[in-house]
Amino acid sequence: MEFVVFTITALIAVVGAAAMLLSKNAVHSALFMLLNFSAIAVLYLLLRAPFLFAVQLIVYAGAIIVLFLFVVMLLGAERAEDEQDRLGWQRPLALGMAALLLFEVLYVFFARTNTSLTSPSVSAEDFATPVKIGEALFSTYLLPFEITSVILLAALVGVVVLHHRQAAHSEQ
Amino acid sequence: MVPVSYYVLLSAVLFTLGVVGVLTRRNALIVFMSVEMMLNSANLALVAFAQRWQSANGQILVFFVITVAAAEVAVGLALLVTIFRSKRTTDIDEINTLKG
Repeated sequence: MEFVVFTITALIAVVGAAAMLLSKNAVHSALFMLLNFSAIAVLYLLLRAPFLFAVQLIVYAGAIIVLFLFVVMLLGAERAEDEQDRLGWQRPLALGMAALLLFEVLYVFFARTNTSLTSPSVSAEDFATPVKIGEALFSTYLLPFEITSVILLAALVGVVVLHHRQAAHSEQ
Repeated sequence: MVPVSYYVLLSAVLFTLGVVGVLTRRNALIVFMSVEMMLNSANLALVAFAQRWQSANGQILVFFVITVAAAEVAVGLALLVTIFRSKRTTDIDEINTLKG
């Protein structure tokens, strides 16, 4: 049963990612990326990570997609790419090298896994409940957690500074 | 119980699709979305490994990655808007002022 759910969700994720790459309209791309993010959230649930399921839905599917949609619509950049293709011979080269990268990653992973990654040694259901993650965040990982808050503050200040500068520039 | 290697396979495929997006699309917003997808695929692999070793540490790393990605998206999109105000385009082939 779990395998069926995994297969369907993985297919949705891959199809969403491919459709994001192929669609000409950037708004459609953002919505296909929402599909991809939601599928990955379901996979987190399958991997017994309910906390990350919620975080993925709130931060990625909620905040980040909305931010992307806002910017795409603000800039009117739905069809920013003109028809003339300047890539030329570089496009097949890019596809070939990406395929090589995929092959290489899979080869390195599967050739070097000597331990059996087939199934967990014990299958505890509650190794990463939100309670345990919260306890670890506020004890073992307290310093990284605080640094994260500084990063978010820096991003906030950076966005305000960027906007302030362009507002001052447009007044002149 | 789905084997962890299936998740790693899916993660590698999604990462490669992200790489293809970065290399072949010229709309800066879609390039940015592809970068987000690569981050997401790495997160998926991390969560799969965390489940394999029955440890919460991998999930905490994913939590930090998501936080940094959110900050990155905010700053990156602000930069894109600023570039658009001066260049009137989001085509990354047009944004070549620094090119020698």
